[in-house]
Amino acid sequence: MASHSEIKEQALRISIQGVTKTYGDFFALNNVSLDIEAGEFLTLLGPSGSGKTTLLMVLAGFIRPNHGQVFFGSEDIVLKPPHLRGVGMVFQNYALFPHMSVEQNVAYPLKLRRKTKDEISQGVQEALDTVKLAGLGNRKIGQLSGGQRQRVALARAIVFKPKVLLMDEPLSALDKKLREEMQIELRRLHDNLAITTVYVTHDQKEALTMSDRIAVINHGILNQLGLPQEIYSNPTNAFIADFIGESTLLPVEVRDSTPRFGESIISVNHDVGSDGSYVLVVRPEKLLLVTDESTAPNRFPCTVEESIFQGESQLLIVRLDAMKSGDKEPYRLNVRIANTSANSAVIPQVGDSICVALEKVDSFIVKQE
Amino acid sequence: MTAIVGNEINIKSLRQQETKERLVMIGLTIPYLLIVILLIIVPIGWLFGTSFVDQDGSFTFKHYIRLVESKAYYRIFITTFEISIFTTLICILIGYPLTYFISQLPRRFANLCMIAVLIPFWTSLLVRTYAWLVLLQRKGLLNNFGIELGLLSEPLPLMHNMTGTLIGMVHIMLPFLILPLYANMRAIDTDYLKAASSMGANQLRAFWTIFFPLSVPGLLAGSLIVFVICLGFYVTPAVLGGGKVIMVSMKIQSNIELFFSWGAASALGVVLLVLTIAILYIASKFVSLDQMSSRG
Repeated sequence: MASHSEIKEQALRISIQGVTKTYGDFFALNNVSLDIEAGEFLTLLGPSGSGKTTLLMVLAGFIRPNHGQVFFGSEDIVLKPPHLRGVGMVFQNYALFPHMSVEQNVAYPLKLRRKTKDEISQGVQEALDTVKLAGLGNRKIGQLSGGQRQRVALARAIVFKPKVLLMDEPLSALDKKLREEMQIELRRLHDNLAITTVYVTHDQKEALTMSDRIAVINHGILNQLGLPQEIYSNPTNAFIADFIGESTLLPVEVRDSTPRFGESIISVNHDVGSDGSYVLVVRPEKLLLVTDESTAPNRFPCTVEESIFQGESQLLIVRLDAMKSGDKEPYRLNVRIANTSANSAVIPQVGDSICVALEKVDSFIVKQE
Repeated sequence: MTAIVGNEINIKSLRQQETKERLVMIGLTIPYLLIVILLIIVPIGWLFGTSFVDQDGSFTFKHYIRLVESKAYYRIFITTFEISIFTTLICILIGYPLTYFISQLPRRFANLCMIAVLIPFWTSLLVRTYAWLVLLQRKGLLNNFGIELGLLSEPLPLMHNMTGTLIGMVHIMLPFLILPLYANMRAIDTDYLKAASSMGANQLRAFWTIFFPLSVPGLLAGSLIVFVICLGFYVTPAVLGGGKVIMVSMKIQSNIELFFSWGAASALGVVLLVLTIAILYIASKFVSLDQMSSRG
């Protein structure tokens, strides 16, 4: 294998500038601008129909935007047909050619590049080794398991050493355990190849696990771009706060620059903007069980409605005792308590009246949309 | 091995239930079985029997011997195969590009196109064949038009020959090729072509290396249907061939109508049937016969 630094130099910076794609009145992409560093693993994250796949297809060249530029390095490639872009691509359904063996599939891009027989067989072997499929070269595609197909698709996408690797929800067809293994493996592979990678997923946990940076897209608009930690702890709007991680959003009112839930004041870890309606983002694992005498800020007296065993943790659904005037439905919060032996004694029962608190450092509010 | 241990009370009722379900399935197939036996197995057996019977009722091989010895019969079989092969080839040449085009259209337009293919398919065979008669005859529409425009100095012989027969046959047979081919092409995932293109294949290359090989099963299935139907075809060659192009089916008809020789007609029928089955058998080694019945 070639040395890392050598490949790293080959990696391309991608710059997307003002890309818009409409279908009739519908904006699939609305003026999206985004810079992807050379060798970076960037994830486009969003719910289905958000435009993330459209953006990937614009990069691959299968969708032509209405306007906007896409630079690979310094070259604007927006008019370049897909077969001249030299990007490796892994499709959601893998798109392995069913009439070819594993080897023939992986050799396909090399044959197109008129490599010699030796170069082809060496390249194929290397790629199959990389994805841990050595020895399966003669198999028919139909004889492979889902995980193996995924690996073949990957081998085929990297065998010609593309400068950009695009992946469209490649793990969505795999079962949970295999998916989680592959996430780590894909990330490791990316680190070895140091290839600029754009990864599309709707699975926020997958995005958090694998990415250098995450671009959250919704309704064709780039909502937030940042490190996984940033996206998780400082979402910039209610959609992201809700979409990333499991969170409950409690409506809060900001008056005189002070956030309030009902009448109780909420202390938050950041400066509060203008007065108006906000939501408090409550992550289940950040809530603490406290006693009534506790002096912790942001306390919520409540009653346990459900207690669900989930293996490593216990999920409590609690009903807040406090209700804002005029609210018909009581507010509910999810509370996650680790199932450690130390905790087993403190896990409350259904019907118990308890008090949960959110530390100031874990409290932040975002504007209601 | 441990024996199955457990509640054995309901073993009997569970078995009865299973038997009942099987009987229902057999019951459902009985009408079809009857039809097959009465309308296919029995007549074919009768056909086979008559082909060994002489005019006076005695057993004879003479119908088969005549088939082998007579130059005329040999000629008829050659004509039959010629027409079937040419019809199939022309259908492929016209049908493949057309079907490819339709398969690449958005669903809505593709459906319209398929209706356009199917309407003639649903129109009476006889009507269509006589329509060609109107178009192709010596003083027919095509020749008149050509002469009036000055393209032709004298009428072209477009019918009562191989040309006319082939034109009519191709027109009748085209949907039989297009239907299975279209179903096959529609089922080819467009992501295959995208994948090929992302790896560096231009459109032409992607077509020949990916799309075409994947469409071959549909093409073979369609061609086989066309070929096999052509082998026994009667109306179109009879009308447009005008007695100059004689296929096996027409000889069978004349054997009965003109010579009242059921034995000779049966022998021809048996040979045609055996040849057709042999061709289907050989073809089934290459084409999955499921493909032939697939419809889009």
